[in-house]
Amino acid sequence: MVYAAAHDDHHHPRGWVRWVYSTNHKDIGTLYLIFAVIAGLIGGFMSVMMRMELAEPGIQIFTGFAQMVYGFEGDAAVDGGKAMYNAFTTMHGLIMIFFMVMPALIGGFANWMVPIMIGAPDMAFPRMNNISFWLLPPALILLLISFFVPSAPGSYGIGGGWTMYPPFSTSGQPGPAMDLAILSVHIAGASSILGAINFITTIFNMRAPGMTLHKMPLFAWSVLITAFLLLLSLPVLAGGITMLLTDRNFGTSFFSPDGGGDPVLFQHLFWFFGHPEVYILILPGFGIISHIISTFSKKPVFGYLGMAYAMVAIGAVGFVVWAHHMFTSGISLDTQRYFAFATMVIAVPTGVKIFSWVATMWGGSITIRTPMLWAIAFVFLFTVGGVTGVQLANAGFDRSVHDTYYVVAHFHYVMSLGSVFAIFAGWYYWFPKMTGYMYSPLIARAHFWVTFIGVNLVFFPQHFLGLSGMPRRYIDYPDAFAGWNMVSSYGSYISAFGVLIFLVGVFEAFSKKRIAGANPWGEGATTLEWQLPSPPPYHQWEQLPRIK
Amino acid sequence: MMRAMRNFVAGGLSAAAALLAGASAQAAQPAEWEMNFQPAATDIMHQITWFEHYTLWFIVPITLLVLFLLAYCIIKFRASVNPVASRTSHNTLIEVIWTVGPVLVLLFMAVPSFQLLTAQYSPPEEAKLTVKATANQWNWDYEYQTEDLLSFNSAVLTDADRAGLGKEDTGVYPRLLAVDNEMVVPVNTMVRVLVTASDVIHAFAMPAFGLKTDAVPGRTNETWFKVEKEGIYYGQCSELCGKDHAYMPIAIRVVSQAQYDTWFAAAKADLPGANKALMAEIGSSNKVAVAGK
Repeated sequence: MVYAAAHDDHHHPRGWVRWVYSTNHKDIGTLYLIFAVIAGLIGGFMSVMMRMELAEPGIQIFTGFAQMVYGFEGDAAVDGGKAMYNAFTTMHGLIMIFFMVMPALIGGFANWMVPIMIGAPDMAFPRMNNISFWLLPPALILLLISFFVPSAPGSYGIGGGWTMYPPFSTSGQPGPAMDLAILSVHIAGASSILGAINFITTIFNMRAPGMTLHKMPLFAWSVLITAFLLLLSLPVLAGGITMLLTDRNFGTSFFSPDGGGDPVLFQHLFWFFGHPEVYILILPGFGIISHIISTFSKKPVFGYLGMAYAMVAIGAVGFVVWAHHMFTSGISLDTQRYFAFATMVIAVPTGVKIFSWVATMWGGSITIRTPMLWAIAFVFLFTVGGVTGVQLANAGFDRSVHDTYYVVAHFHYVMSLGSVFAIFAGWYYWFPKMTGYMYSPLIARAHFWVTFIGVNLVFFPQHFLGLSGMPRRYIDYPDAFAGWNMVSSYGSYISAFGVLIFLVGVFEAFSKKRIAGANPWGEGATTLEWQLPSPPPYHQWEQLPRIK
Repeated sequence: MMRAMRNFVAGGLSAAAALLAGASAQAAQPAEWEMNFQPAATDIMHQITWFEHYTLWFIVPITLLVLFLLAYCIIKFRASVNPVASRTSHNTLIEVIWTVGPVLVLLFMAVPSFQLLTAQYSPPEEAKLTVKATANQWNWDYEYQTEDLLSFNSAVLTDADRAGLGKEDTGVYPRLLAVDNEMVVPVNTMVRVLVTASDVIHAFAMPAFGLKTDAVPGRTNETWFKVEKEGIYYGQCSELCGKDHAYMPIAIRVVSQAQYDTWFAAAKADLPGANKALMAEIGSSNKVAVAGK
């Protein structure tokens, strides 16, 4: 026993060494979660500034920002402010995708819970896990630096949107800001590819005795599928943005028509990555929601195999629908027919998931505790975003709403109200497990309701704006759009208040130190993490669990 | 059957649209607190509007069904009412139903959807007029591909230019939508638009026509429209193109063939003069026509 204690001590470094050199999946998961919260605050701040700008017609705040941050004067400040607004939309997208949702769901929750859930002591490659995380802060810093670096003449920061379409991202912005952003995405992409390799290896090789793939918890399934999507799609993005980089700096002309290149080729490469990417952002959320609904209904997940293979189907079909983002780019009628059809097909496995969640609740013994509140809201809001997605799949209809706020409303319903609700559901579900402390349910519920009302006010009116023709990525709009924009902006202030409640809740939980116990959720919580104490020991499953 | 269904719904719609149109003065630009498409000015946009309403008949009930089922579960199966959970986790029949059901819904959507898509690429007749629209950062060049070439630039209308161009009325020439020189085309005429760009990608969009085509450097995208009624119609650049992306609107003035002929003949020599003469002609013949009615 003495030896065991000493042995354990040996593997438990303290201070900064514990975090910087960490090879422990739980510590790395915690780092990822902290990183995601910080990035989320930055990206969220940007969105509130954009909504503040759009609260009424005319330019409100960005001229002042350009004076303050860049020292522009007069007309240069107006122009600099317009470019700065575009930099805000671009950075908001990149930060929320690469530095908030992905680190939270994959780096954070999956790192923490997948090894525990499959009965493994740690990830397969602990040191690679460390580098996966530590690539992210430099990537974010590069991206943030780009904000203060020249791009298009007379402006700073990258302004081409997260899609980075050339020629605007090549000849349109000759300054070094875009190069920094490309390097940032390269590094973030490398981080994710390493993470994906780690998850695939861990899940395939390190499941506890008796845990066949068909007994594996759905969250692990969702992470396995996500990891494959990452592994197959990110290299294509890396190739695409490398070509951007050489077009910009080394005289190639992959995307430049002057040299025989084609700007639309980049769109194909980008969306070959970009569409799987949106499933990367939502699939782990699907897994989390399945666990939470099952736990608080005290019932096993309905149609487990259907649920797992629905995710496989979504992931597979997700690779062959990319050009539905390009219906107006000039692709041929037959191409549009195919991509419209393939996109509609995705609605079928997605429908299976929605109905299976409802069926999991059906006949259950349901307690609406905080995680369940977020999970039920997720199912509903994801449905709202899903059905507008089915509309958008129709190329003939999409022509009218492409690049309008209708699309903005759609993808925020599935991302901001889908993925983010799944993240908060997971947060409130696993917070007691990860920290050992129980948060105040009152504050957590206040967080939920304020957020729920806020985000719906932000995004529902954007459907109306889109239908009536308001294009996206506009710093100023015709006066007729003022009404719904005002509503949307007030919604964003309410959502921002929700974020404050969230932070208060976290602070309160750590200061009150209410002991949560190994399983605060009762008999419905059946996955392996609830058999360990809260927080789990530094190294779990030294004795591998046996799955019947 | 699909056609009949479409006509039936479209009939009801046009009745509703007529009611709405009575209330709003501008038919071809966004309206305050608008919750739907701008009024259609081409057959294609009528079809898109029909299709959008048609899909709502599926997606709204589906969303409400999910909401109802969630609420039903929360109330009916809450722990205090139903302390012992069932262990049912399989039911092949229901799983088949909720797989096949969505497939059927998608089929019902797909048939009119593919008809609409095909219609957008099947102009019913040869184009009588071809205009090449070249996007620049941040304005448009319009080139009439007629025997005597006519080309001019079209940029957002600045407040300073309003008086000089006789465009003080912000109801007809709204901020950020009005331009200095509109594209002028005849009504009920097949117009082909060739869209390209000189620098970065832009998009040529006209909501009331159901039209949106990217302007990509190095390639020419073709689209077409045939407008049903005279008036001035507004659209905006719809692909992020730089700092003044929000400041390069598209305005198309649709006039009678006679008015177009007069304008075109005069425009080659004196575009501002031709535009003013056209505006005076429209203003005197019918004030309301300007608003697209």
